[in-house]
Amino acid sequence: MIKSNRFLKGTGKVLLYLLLIICAVVMIFPLYTGVLTSLLGPENISTYPPKIFPVDFRWQNYIDAARQAPLLRFILNSFIQSGGVMILQLITASLAAFAFAFLPFKGKNFVFLIFLSTMMIPWESTIIPNYLFIQKIGWDDTYMGLIAPFMATAFGTFLLRQFFMSIPKDLYDAAKIDGCSNLRFLIKILLPLARPALGTLAVYSFLQTYNQYLWPLLITNSTNMRTVQIGITMLQVFEREQWQIVLAGVVTIMIPTLILFIVANRQLIRGLTAGAIKG
Amino acid sequence: MESKVNLQSKPSMHRLRELKDWLRAFPFLAPSLIVFTIFVFVPLIRSVIMSLYGTNPIGQMTNFVGLKYYQRLFTSPAYINSMLVTLKFVLYTVPAVLIFGLLLATLGNLRLKGISIFRVLFSLTIAISGATAALIFMFLYHPLIGIFNYLLSLVGISSIPWLISTKWALIAVAIPRIWLQTGFATVLLLAGMQGISEEYYEAAKIDGAGFWQSWRHITLPLITPSLFFLLVVTTLGAFQTFTEVNVLTGGGPVNSTEVIVQEIYRSFYFNGQYGLASAQALILFVIILVLTIIQFGVLEKRVNYE
Repeated sequence: MIKSNRFLKGTGKVLLYLLLIICAVVMIFPLYTGVLTSLLGPENISTYPPKIFPVDFRWQNYIDAARQAPLLRFILNSFIQSGGVMILQLITASLAAFAFAFLPFKGKNFVFLIFLSTMMIPWESTIIPNYLFIQKIGWDDTYMGLIAPFMATAFGTFLLRQFFMSIPKDLYDAAKIDGCSNLRFLIKILLPLARPALGTLAVYSFLQTYNQYLWPLLITNSTNMRTVQIGITMLQVFEREQWQIVLAGVVTIMIPTLILFIVANRQLIRGLTAGAIKG
Repeated sequence: MESKVNLQSKPSMHRLRELKDWLRAFPFLAPSLIVFTIFVFVPLIRSVIMSLYGTNPIGQMTNFVGLKYYQRLFTSPAYINSMLVTLKFVLYTVPAVLIFGLLLATLGNLRLKGISIFRVLFSLTIAISGATAALIFMFLYHPLIGIFNYLLSLVGISSIPWLISTKWALIAVAIPRIWLQTGFATVLLLAGMQGISEEYYEAAKIDGAGFWQSWRHITLPLITPSLFFLLVVTTLGAFQTFTEVNVLTGGGPVNSTEVIVQEIYRSFYFNGQYGLASAQALILFVIILVLTIIQFGVLEKRVNYE
């Protein structure tokens, strides 16, 4: 009885591992073939059957990709946009979250509702007036135009507010008695304590912006201002059947976000699941 | 005499304090409120106004047309098509994402050696963008050198014309989306599962419950909130889908993948029909709003139950 039980447990475990491996292979497969193909020589790209296991390691494809399209420029543009959005969101969200968490004022619920309502308005339903407005003030094809609409975030404000509210109010009262101004308290005491929450928001907003597609597609015209996601589809159009070069470009622009994922996995996941906890 | 003075000064003192509080809080709220006003609220109102006007090619409003665009949209085969395509896209992606997410989260929640590596592999797609995913799949779908058709040929299935047939194109657009969203779903559901107290499982074990029974009667009910949140978020996301369609098919072939946002994009960016596109965008807004309200309604109910 005991023996057969242990036996079942053993095979059960093997089966579970098998299932885990199958699932992992399925999830990784597109990425794997992307990397594999990006390293194929031109003679191996168009031969049948397609390669499923690595045969070449032609790093030259990456250099070629960077030569065919200004990939580094695209990455720089995306870093400026994503970095700008990230910093500005951190500033605006921590200011607002401080007011929500620590300052008493009438109509707080109403202001909170205003913030909340921005999360229910899909970006696509305001995109036409935004596009016309950015054009009108001459910010199309500029970093300002790429960054401006995303300078504030209701989601980030709620995320930080949640964290600020976990900090004892006594700390604030004590600082006030010592003659500390609100802004000074926020910068010198609150923000250093809130580093984990700030990290979560930073990683989350950087990734979201780096992966944006529709807005940069509308707002950038010149090749030099294109962000990675738009630039990479241009590479595909130019390189038609040179898939090893297109995929070398795809892998290149994915590297920053994959590194971010590996390094800041926990922050990122906290950011993504915060929405669920908040409801 | 004294009390009379007090009665008069109290409300005004109160007012003054309120005003002072406001003046103190406002500078902290102002940056966000200004951004929201310029880029969310004013554009939303302008969208409503624009949807009632004719426009010239650079988007300036010319003549009032009333509800003409809305009338036209609800009788336009192209628009009805884009609604149906989007609904189909929701049906193709959302249930699949929920099922795969549940499967991967359940596996990732097992107490096995090396499970954290699998968790990372399962959630990796949250770092990948729609555009890059679409490009990789475009290669996988390639009619001649694509790996999918090759793999199908190995098991004796004839080639599928992924992106060029009206029957398959929407499925082909849905697959990378499912792939990307499954990572997100896994992360979310896994977080929900890890929040369940160990005590429940131990109690169930004592009562002789097997793995399947504990999963069915403990895990599943307790992650219902996460599952419901996921359902809403993926449904909203699917209604707003654009990137994969734009990269893979551009709405074709023969409008078989023309989703709502692709239709909006075409209307105003290529055809210069700003008013019409605004009307389309507002209909999308109403759909999203209704879905969000339903979410809040159901959540409210759930809270009351507890």
